[in-house]
Amino acid sequence: MNTVHLVVVSAGLSQPSSTRLLADRLGEATRRALSDRDEDRTVTVRVIELRELAADIANHLVTGFPGAALRDAIEATEQADGLIAVTPIFSASYSGLFKSFFDVLDNGVLAGKPVLIAATGGTARHSLALEHAMRPLFAYLRALVMPTAVYAASEDWGSGGDATTDGLAARIARAAGEPADQLAGRPAAAPAAAEQVVPFAQQLTALRPAGR
Amino acid sequence: MDVVSTVQFGIFSVGDVTADPTTGATPTENERIKAMVAIALKAEEVGLDVFATGEHHNPPFVPSSPTTMLGYIAARTERIILSTSTTLITTNDPVKIAEDFAMLQHLADGRVDLMLGRGNTGPVYPWFGKDIRQGIPLAVENYALLHELWRNEVVDWQGTFRTPLQSFTSTPRPLDGVPPFVWHGSIRSPEIAEQAAYYGDGFFANNIFWPKEHYVRLIELYRERFAHYGHGTPEQAVVGLGGQVFMRRNSQDAVREFRPYFDNAPVYGHGPSLEEFTDQTPLTVGSPQEVIDKTLTFRDTFGDYQRQLFLMDHAGLPLKTVLEQLDLLGEEVVPVLRKEFALARPAGVPDGPTHAALVARDRAADPAGPADAA
Repeated sequence: MNTVHLVVVSAGLSQPSSTRLLADRLGEATRRALSDRDEDRTVTVRVIELRELAADIANHLVTGFPGAALRDAIEATEQADGLIAVTPIFSASYSGLFKSFFDVLDNGVLAGKPVLIAATGGTARHSLALEHAMRPLFAYLRALVMPTAVYAASEDWGSGGDATTDGLAARIARAAGEPADQLAGRPAAAPAAAEQVVPFAQQLTALRPAGR
Repeated sequence: MDVVSTVQFGIFSVGDVTADPTTGATPTENERIKAMVAIALKAEEVGLDVFATGEHHNPPFVPSSPTTMLGYIAARTERIILSTSTTLITTNDPVKIAEDFAMLQHLADGRVDLMLGRGNTGPVYPWFGKDIRQGIPLAVENYALLHELWRNEVVDWQGTFRTPLQSFTSTPRPLDGVPPFVWHGSIRSPEIAEQAAYYGDGFFANNIFWPKEHYVRLIELYRERFAHYGHGTPEQAVVGLGGQVFMRRNSQDAVREFRPYFDNAPVYGHGPSLEEFTDQTPLTVGSPQEVIDKTLTFRDTFGDYQRQLFLMDHAGLPLKTVLEQLDLLGEEVVPVLRKEFALARPAGVPDGPTHAALVARDRAADPAGPADAA
């Protein structure tokens, strides 16, 4: 009850990866922000590296079922209290691997879940991909998308911001506070419910024309 | 010499027309249809209990008219049960299903049952004037009507999806007043397990493409609800399972020969490796003994069950190869499985359903005979 589970999904491909670096910093900043707000609660952070699941994800698309490692990652994502989703920007949007992972989740599993979105790219010119691609994706999935999204271009790793823009560290800290605010007062996510079934008589009655 | 079957063993065919990836040769529709018949006849010859055909209404599949095919096979066989995998309860008119299968039941002297399914190809629904988003409600309502048509001589009926019926009698009446046994087939819907349980019908989990954990939950739900509705204990529920095998006496030969068919198979080809797939699903590629060993694990996983159907003739395998597979299945695998399954089968676990057994049960429940006896 007192443990909050954060899952960080990182779709970086290179090793080491700036996407993973950003993912780790957001995960750690959120954990810290949550601990500051709610000292009684333990926070776990699990990072899911999609690169390691790339073949599993492709196989799932083809066969319709997940292998063991992917199933474990999907279950962790479904059961997380909060999600941090980080992708490199490829061709003006999230990467195909990133999208494919969210394509194989069941409908509705992210509904109402606080999600912090973030992305990396070679140039800051792609930063609005967070707003025109990432945010609508998670809005469609009925997640609760945090207002602040974090974009890290290559130059951000070596600058402290300027008169009009906060540096990366400040933006990470600001973004991390938002899921922490959401989760601080919330009861932890309920464990997955057992298979629920509508009693058959009810299914039949629902189809009966009125008056019969 | 009939072996009394506790578990019924058989084959189910998807009826796909697929190029043989090793030769590039594609059978004509005529060749494929005749091959399905040859496979059914062979199934009887090697001592299997059931032949089931799929139903599809789009290329590359040929079996759009299952009762026509099964009627022809019925005339050329003596013993084997003719079934479907599946009959589309969503897009077919339940009145026509009632008529077609009752007719087939008479022609085949009762050697008929059927498995109902929803089908999974989007455009098929609109081609038949239906909406795929109504898949479950269609399955629920259409089967409620089919169930009534086979049990009540005169039916007055009104529903959501079909023209109302006033004073309608479906003919011919079921053979001996006992409708064909019905299986409800499902890959993932708990609603269908619930439907099968409600009626006390069979539940066929087509488990061949997915890991077993998923089906354990589905079958447990069905067994539990079967008992809830007063049809017996959970162990008395009637469960069918799929399987998929390719055998040669030498395991390596089986793997070498089957790999190109696996790699290019329409359903799962170009995805996981043969090794990953055999590890995660019921597919067995190896010696007859390996098939026996794997099939025996199904009982440990799902409990004692009533029907085991194997997929043998897909992905472009040539007819000659399929017939060789059936020889191995009938001669080396099934006799051992029959013996093993009979051992340690608890009392009270029902046998696979037959017309004779259903008639006996019906007469025991109602000694006056069927309501519609002439």
